Amino acid sequence: MKVKVLFFASLREQLGKSQEEMELPASVDTVESLRTHLGARGGPFGKAFDGKALVRAAVNQEMAQPGVRIKAGDEVAFFPPVTGG
Amino acid sequence: MKVLVQTADFDLGAEVRAICGSPKIGAVASFVGVVREVAMTLEHYPGMTEKALEKITREAMSRWQVLDCAVIHRYGELQPGDQIVMVAVASAHRRDAFAACEFIMDYLKTQAPFWKKEGAGWVEARSSDDEAAGRWA
Repeated sequence: MKVKVLFFASLREQLGKSQEEMELPASVDTVESLRTHLGARGGPFGKAFDGKALVRAAVNQEMAQPGVRIKAGDEVAFFPPVTGG
Repeated sequence: MKVLVQTADFDLGAEVRAICGSPKIGAVASFVGVVREVAMTLEHYPGMTEKALEKITREAMSRWQVLDCAVIHRYGELQPGDQIVMVAVASAHRRDAFAACEFIMDYLKTQAPFWKKEGAGWVEARSSDDEAAGRWA
């Protein structure tokens, strides 16, 4: 399935891109499995999505816990903990 | 209820007057966050930011007797002394106004997708902000 993946703030800078369209294998259907999938690319992705890195996620612009399901056409965003206000 | 995400500055006095239309209003509490010491750039997630702020504001309006409120958060380049964010809450009585105003700020700090960068470095999230938001759970 196809999804749109966005990266913000320090993550965007680390990865050198703000978004990409991805074709995901059937086994990747949660926020957590997508994170692992991205980390498996190695290089800056391996570092950014290391298990110890503090990464938050949103699915379709709602904050999402690791177990949240992803479906075709979703917009999934990864970013560091927020620091507004 | 008004929620805005913008680069432009805001006028707290004008925003307070704008939410005081009802004769039932007896209290207005407001908060303004200001850039401290170092210039910064604020990045946000267009679309999600507005949704998150609206959700937080609606939650405050369901928990307390709020007659009207306004939340404005800026993004982009900001200099020391610049205003960053404002929350103003109008209510019949002060306790609801104070509590709702503080709740909105505490939740905004952990739930609204903004990121501050000072010079070349990104500001790290503080666990004290999570604790502050956790008080209301």
